[in-house]
Amino acid sequence: MKKTVFIGAMTAAATLVAGAASATVLDEVKARGELNCGVSTGVNGFSAPDSAGEWQGFDVAVCRAVAAAVLGDPKKVKFVTTTGQTRFTALASGEIDLLARNTTWTFSRDTDLKFTFAGVNYYDGQGFMVNKALGVSSAKELDGATVCIQTGTTTELNLADYFKANNMKYEPVPIETNAEAQQQYLAGACDVYTTDASGLAATRATFADPENHAVLPEIISKEPLGPLVAQGDDQWADIVRWTLNALVAAEELGITSANIEELSKGTSNPEIDRMLGSSEDDLGAMIGLDKQWAKRAIAAGGNYGEVFAANIGESTPIGLARGLNALWTQGGLQYSPPFR
Amino acid sequence: MSNTKISFVRTNMLPQKSPPSSQVGAVRWLRENLFSSPLNAMLTLLGVLIVYFLIVHLGPWFKNSIWNANSLSQCREILAGESGACWAVIKDRWHQLLFGFYPQEAYWRPVLTFVLMIVAVAPILFAVVPRKVLWFSAVFPFLAFWLLWGGSIWYSVAALLGFVVGFGAFVLLQRISALVAVIGAVLAPIFWWLFLAGPVDTLLTAIVPIRIPAIQSHDFGGFMISIIIGVTGIVLSLPMGILLALGRQSDMPLVKWICVGFIEFIRGVPLITLLFTASLLLNYFLPPGTNFDIVLRVIIMVTLFAAAYMAEVVRGGFAALPRGQYEAADALGLDYWKSQRLILLPQALKISIPGIVNTFIGLFKDTTLVVFIGILDPIGLSNAIRADSNWNGIVWELYGFIALCFFIFCFGMSRYSQYLEGKLKTDHR
Amino acid sequence: MAMTSDSSGSSFRLSMLIYDTRYRSITIQIVFLFLFMAGFAWLVDNTLSNLAQKGKDIDFGFLGSRAGYDINQMLVDYSNDSSHARAWIVGLLNTLVLALAACVTATVIGVIAGVLRLSNNWIVSKIMTIYVEMFRNVPVLLWIIVIFAVLTEITPAPNAFRGENATSSMLFFDSVAITNRGTYLPGPLFSRSLGDIHLGIVQVSTNYLVLLAIIAGSIWGYRALQHNAAAVQEATGIRPVTWWKSALIIVAPTLVALIVMGFHLEYPELKGFNFSGGSYLRNSFIAMWLALSVYTGAFIAENVRAGILAISKGQSEAAFALGLRPGKTMNLVILPQALRVIIPPLISQYLNITKNTSLAIAVGYMDLRATLGGITLNQTGRELECMLLLMLTYLIISLIISGAMNVYNNSVKLKER
Repeated sequence: MKKTVFIGAMTAAATLVAGAASATVLDEVKARGELNCGVSTGVNGFSAPDSAGEWQGFDVAVCRAVAAAVLGDPKKVKFVTTTGQTRFTALASGEIDLLARNTTWTFSRDTDLKFTFAGVNYYDGQGFMVNKALGVSSAKELDGATVCIQTGTTTELNLADYFKANNMKYEPVPIETNAEAQQQYLAGACDVYTTDASGLAATRATFADPENHAVLPEIISKEPLGPLVAQGDDQWADIVRWTLNALVAAEELGITSANIEELSKGTSNPEIDRMLGSSEDDLGAMIGLDKQWAKRAIAAGGNYGEVFAANIGESTPIGLARGLNALWTQGGLQYSPPFR
Repeated sequence: MSNTKISFVRTNMLPQKSPPSSQVGAVRWLRENLFSSPLNAMLTLLGVLIVYFLIVHLGPWFKNSIWNANSLSQCREILAGESGACWAVIKDRWHQLLFGFYPQEAYWRPVLTFVLMIVAVAPILFAVVPRKVLWFSAVFPFLAFWLLWGGSIWYSVAALLGFVVGFGAFVLLQRISALVAVIGAVLAPIFWWLFLAGPVDTLLTAIVPIRIPAIQSHDFGGFMISIIIGVTGIVLSLPMGILLALGRQSDMPLVKWICVGFIEFIRGVPLITLLFTASLLLNYFLPPGTNFDIVLRVIIMVTLFAAAYMAEVVRGGFAALPRGQYEAADALGLDYWKSQRLILLPQALKISIPGIVNTFIGLFKDTTLVVFIGILDPIGLSNAIRADSNWNGIVWELYGFIALCFFIFCFGMSRYSQYLEGKLKTDHR
Repeated sequence: MAMTSDSSGSSFRLSMLIYDTRYRSITIQIVFLFLFMAGFAWLVDNTLSNLAQKGKDIDFGFLGSRAGYDINQMLVDYSNDSSHARAWIVGLLNTLVLALAACVTATVIGVIAGVLRLSNNWIVSKIMTIYVEMFRNVPVLLWIIVIFAVLTEITPAPNAFRGENATSSMLFFDSVAITNRGTYLPGPLFSRSLGDIHLGIVQVSTNYLVLLAIIAGSIWGYRALQHNAAAVQEATGIRPVTWWKSALIIVAPTLVALIVMGFHLEYPELKGFNFSGGSYLRNSFIAMWLALSVYTGAFIAENVRAGILAISKGQSEAAFALGLRPGKTMNLVILPQALRVIIPPLISQYLNITKNTSLAIAVGYMDLRATLGGITLNQTGRELECMLLLMLTYLIISLIISGAMNVYNNSVKLKER
């Protein structure tokens, strides 16, 4: 009798949450009415909950844009917090539909781990931050330094490679979260903090004395960060990819959250019309969405430039310059294939 | 001086003298308790020094506490360089530390559930509560599920009915044979849950829609998730633990060794590896396409974990029973299950309650490990809060608050278990 | 449950498999085994089909490939060119060192706190009660994080030791530096090295082996001396004076060996960014060590207290009646008896310490879980293999500890007659 109670409880619970394996991710998301989006447990400017429990940040904005495109409401996102260790499994097992957790696009993740990267929403590179009092002006002078790194990322491999290539020694201090790494660094328990340059800037911005800390000029790796989905559902990958592209294209075409209503009534630019669904072409149907998908995605948080400015741009405490992430027309790398 | 009087004879009693100053009041107490020997005096001085050191270093920090500020930098401005606690972060985020991202307008639900939980465990923990409340305890898990996750009430009711069906089948079939009854009691509810519960749920929902907004487990967090995981783990692990304990005591070598193997395996690996299994591997072990919620997966692994410890506690309870109880049950001609159910188990469980409470305290503290698989328990939330620009760099206040909450909860429980141990002690000293 | 027709004699009927107690247990066991195997097969089948669906396989070959990451604390040679298997061993050794250190200190702290809690000194017993309750009722993870944060915040950075007006200075004649990266101690060195011996994967310095052998020999000699003295005492009633002989036997050979091998201490020095030279205990290690020791110490204190209280009052009264002082009563009468009550829960506390070392993830101590179950798992994406190896390793450690302690437990157990 006791055993039945146990099995019964388990079965009851299982039937509750066991999702029926349906055909596509899109169908699943629509049926669920909610997008499961994997984010980090807290990186300033990229994803962190505010005091009302609302998630805010640059990565979060990608989730919201996709939710707006697919479900029509940027609020219909369930944010699933993942750690550096659990993120890939969560995506592979279908627990999350989309991982937007400043994840580097690498060969092995794309092929061996079987993910599809939808694009790059932030071009980053691994950098070093040091206290100015150390008098270090180049990463080449870091021989023998104690280096704080976040575990579970590509950073620890890059670091090993860089110091080896330059024939230098170092003492790695692996730390689980950004908050703790920051504490270690500020207390002087490590000379150098290394992570993606954006993360360094974001961290530095929150210091009481940012002027005493410098990010060294060397960028030792390429870290194209972007949202990714599981391999095997090309339609879903397309949706995420083109939502991202729509944000970039919107900036290029001058579509902002302020003028989007105005522009969607019809313009002289056929590409804008195609994107916003005000012309004959139905781009949405090609990826299983309606005509207005891109309009909603852009309206959710504005175009790429607006999202950037609102979350990590120069007017925010984080104060990142556009740099590589400027549009290609302005000397950056953000470039969207045409909407045609 | 000595005139004509005879030698002095006292005729009336002298008033009692007060004892020497070293034998009364504070001085005596000090002598006996603090300075009874040189070693003791040294220890006393050392202790006083420690206390003094703590007061000097922590006193100002507490004294300059700041409750009203919007960010750490504002706190620092107000303090103007002095040491002081910035409790404003707790004021700003206490609701997240307690409830995670549970919608604010629905806070009454977990609070009510918590109160009902206390009512439900009262008859188990305190003898004065009438036994009838046990019925409520049986219904409580379903009620709690409905209150916390929301949705239609009929879902919980349909699940609950499965047990009623099982019990009914047991009673009906008992006339045929005990074995058939047990098999029936196992199969009937499974049949019910697999085929009938769904339609019944839909039907009842259509007729009498009683529902509250559904809230998903990803919004759960803070102490709420710790309590949910801890309590569910303990409750679910109890039946399994009892079975394992019985299996471990069994005369049948195969059953015994499988149970021993399971218990030793679970007790031999750290909980964190089991949690990583829940997070990374459990989906591999289930049929393709099943996708459990992470909270549920954690509860499954925590249940397995607690069951192994529970089995040892219950085994201890059995071991404490006098041999005569077993022999008496045999002498009455009861079969194995009857003697367990009517005589041995009730007594063994009663003895085990302190152990169960201790296991619960341990499990409750261990729920903090879920932070490593990305669930926002209090410690996870402390990291998330520190990722906000406003509170970046705050440390002690958050940890202090979390530690205090854990302390109150665990200390209360352990005091209860000590009280119970004292009460259950039947030997006379 | 293939029940063939009755072949075991005319008296056997099928129903006897259920109703006859002679056969019933066999039936139940077979059914149980069948269910167990079926459940197990179900899990394995699911796993295989899930893996196939994701295009993965089970392959332990990754253990031989280059790890590519660095580990800061290593007891055997390791570099980022070493294999994942070697990283696993480095992690395992780190786990074991931490567990061993924490077990020793936790026992010491626990015994002291447990005894002091029963002290009749009011303030001491109260402080110990506060210590025990405070640590027992707050999760160990929180203690680990808090102690790590305390170490980071209150100890000086190596920078503070630098320059003309350094704000911190080294302790004990410039030999020990406590910084917020760790504690630097003088390290033992031998100027005449006898070479290394490679024992499979681990290499051991011969100097230490020689030293160990000499110490073992001295102890044996000391015991022989004592034995001899006891024999003389038995025979003549006079115990010969042995203290200077035993001192000589214990100290001299070791001292000579140390001088011959050129033993000297290497002192840590501030060079570049860090101190260098000497031995170095990282703060991650110290934080784990301290946290596990004081946390488990609180539990052990309770076990010790319970053990002492379990000894009947008559024992201590008898000891007092014999004229023993309170300290001697405790050492000679109470503790040896209490030990029998204390040891079984002590074993489980040691197991807990070993398992809790896996929380090192919180402070970045590179233990077994951080290497094999952390970075290796993460970089290779082989969750199943890594978790399997990880669990097996922990299981084996646990079984060895409980096995060894059980043997000891049996040897001190009251022999029941």
